[in-house]
Amino acid sequence: MSANHDDRHDSPDPHGRALRLGVGGPVGSGKTALVAALCRTLGPVLRLGVVTNDIYTTEDADFLRRAGVLDPERIIAVQTGCCPHTAIRDDIAANLDAVESLEERFGPLDLVIVESGGDNLTATFSRGLADHQIFVLDVSGGDKVPRKGGPGVTTADLLVINKTDLAKHVGADLTVMSRDAAAVREGRPVLFTSIREVPEVYSVAEWVHGVVESWAHAREHPHGPAVPTTNA
Amino acid sequence: MDARAAIATESAGGRTVLGTLRSDPPLTMRQTGPVTVHLVSTAAGPLGGDHLELRIDVAPGTCLEIASVASTLVLPGPGESVTVVEARVGAGATLRYAPEPTVLAAGCAHRMIVRLALEEGASVTWREEIVFGRYGERPGTCHSRFDATIGGVPLLRQEFVVGDPAVDGSPAVYGDARCVGSVLVVRPEPPGPPFADAPAAGRTDKPPTSGRLTEPVLAEGCVVLPLAGPGTLVSALAPDAAALRERLTWGEARATRS
Amino acid sequence: MNAALLLLADSRLPAGGHGHSGGAEEAVRVGAITGPGDLARFLRGRLATAGLVAAALSAAACALAARDDASAVDEPGRSYEPGRSDEPGRSYEPGRSYEPDRSYEPGRSGEPDRSGGGAEGEWRGLDAEADARAASPAQRGASRTQGRLLLRSARRIWPSPALDAPARAVPQGVHHPIALGAVSAAAGCSPHDAALATAYTSITGPATAAVRLLGLDPVVVHRVLAGLVPDLESVARTACARTAWEDLPAHAAPALDLLAEQHLRTEVRLFVS
Repeated sequence: MSANHDDRHDSPDPHGRALRLGVGGPVGSGKTALVAALCRTLGPVLRLGVVTNDIYTTEDADFLRRAGVLDPERIIAVQTGCCPHTAIRDDIAANLDAVESLEERFGPLDLVIVESGGDNLTATFSRGLADHQIFVLDVSGGDKVPRKGGPGVTTADLLVINKTDLAKHVGADLTVMSRDAAAVREGRPVLFTSIREVPEVYSVAEWVHGVVESWAHAREHPHGPAVPTTNA
Repeated sequence: MDARAAIATESAGGRTVLGTLRSDPPLTMRQTGPVTVHLVSTAAGPLGGDHLELRIDVAPGTCLEIASVASTLVLPGPGESVTVVEARVGAGATLRYAPEPTVLAAGCAHRMIVRLALEEGASVTWREEIVFGRYGERPGTCHSRFDATIGGVPLLRQEFVVGDPAVDGSPAVYGDARCVGSVLVVRPEPPGPPFADAPAAGRTDKPPTSGRLTEPVLAEGCVVLPLAGPGTLVSALAPDAAALRERLTWGEARATRS
Repeated sequence: MNAALLLLADSRLPAGGHGHSGGAEEAVRVGAITGPGDLARFLRGRLATAGLVAAALSAAACALAARDDASAVDEPGRSYEPGRSDEPGRSYEPGRSYEPDRSYEPGRSGEPDRSGGGAEGEWRGLDAEADARAASPAQRGASRTQGRLLLRSARRIWPSPALDAPARAVPQGVHHPIALGAVSAAAGCSPHDAALATAYTSITGPATAAVRLLGLDPVVVHRVLAGLVPDLESVARTACARTAWEDLPAHAAPALDLLAEQHLRTEVRLFVS
């Protein structure tokens, strides 16, 4: 079952809060690189904020700052007490507080990205925190990962399989990954990326832009028909 | 033994005059300067069962400095020893209260109460040092309470308990320190902008020159803490009285304009 | 005891508590906590100082919220007694006892009412009492953050006018023990329950953090906690002794102040505090 697709009844806040997008996935799969890429590509067209949950330091936030893609003030780091999955799923209070504080300081915003700390395949975002979520895998974990499933892989609104440039080195078959992912995801989208080679990640940016527009449309026409997202 | 002593200043033509200087042995006081009074203990102790009270009244616009000639050695006796210091500091008045440390001898049972009521615009430096026994000595018990208000609004309330197995040696309370001390610094709203010391400043940095400290400053065993209200607390732990004094003096310099 | 106490004291209460170690992370980093022995001493000292102060503030907040709640339901038109002043000009009485001699009145504040309006002014007054007992800005910040997160969640879990007043009175967040006391009242708990829950959370957060940071055997750490049960009960009893707010316990823990400030200057932090 989808974490979010039957959650559309959650009508956008009449006061017009930003769309909240969760980005999760295992350690090292490229979450931070993806968030940086999204900021770089969407920064000129959307009003953005970022909450990062890196479990070690403010390293993720610093990475984003160095990438020069976003005003450092618009990035908040939340410490999760060694429990990144707790902070995005079981007890989302600190993350909600960070999101709302960004909206208070810089609002109105179009999009707030919440990047989880690196975790395992079972970690997903609570619907109370994220309106939509992206799960990021990379091919170096092996081409069996999509088949194994787990809530992240099966229920995320978008599955991103990153580091396709490494596939040939690690013997991962992208066709197998694509087929297995499609089978467990009941038609929800999967995008293959190599952020190292295409740092703008146009395909993912386009998908995100689509859900933000759909969100904004629903906000302006609370009783009108939902506009389908670009790729979903 | 019960004793009640009092000091009060008066303003006479813009100058400070010691209007009241009432000793009550063993609480004996000597004026040692135009606005300076030294506490001179004329008996051992306090001993268990003693009840000593000192009342300090610094009239608006006047200055007073209180020191002591030696540390206070708290000794056991029949019952609890109690010292109460009650001080009022008026608007535009300045009080520096910096006696030598209170040393808790073995077997003592001591209670220390300080009530400090400041009017807005008062300037105060208030130092307290407690030493857990003489060299190699295991102290008796002590319970101190310090309450400071400004214009009736609470500024700082803190209690120290020594000799309770729950806190002695706890890494959360005193750790392995043998002394605890603090200096409360209150200055009228300074003309300069608030200043933030370098957060990780070391001891070599120059003291600030204007404004009020807004960021805590930290060193070994000592931290300078801007309070929620208009004041700064220097808090220190140390292995011995000399190190404690050094830390508090360093912290006081960070907390004040100089 | 009200069964809602179980929910309040549960570490799964979604109010951001899991991100705080109460000084334990820094104590582990500097080597002040290395195993179950010094963890036990850390927790016992923390409970006897910060834990007792928090429990007493929480009990006072619970009493205040319960009164607000009752008045909201039963006596909508009832006016509040304005906060009592601290008698700054109180005359000196040489023979006066040094012990607090004032009887308890819920909501009697040790400071003037600066709000211009009833209950909210009293919440600010109680919050100011918490401020005066927290010298460390790092600890005040962590306490307010936790208080704000707790009220945010609790207002959805136990909607009550008693929770609206503190939230309105201090928008950046009342101190955590005050929030926990107010929430206890909203959940139907007594001031003693509130004190117990607050004392309990003052040691379970650091204990859990130590388990995660040092890889301690969780059973051994729970044995340490079990050994503190009599202390918890005695702290909760002491915290409920009826007294004016200004006379509530104010036990300082200088080492916790140092640890809290050092922690904020440490690059690698897994916990907020």
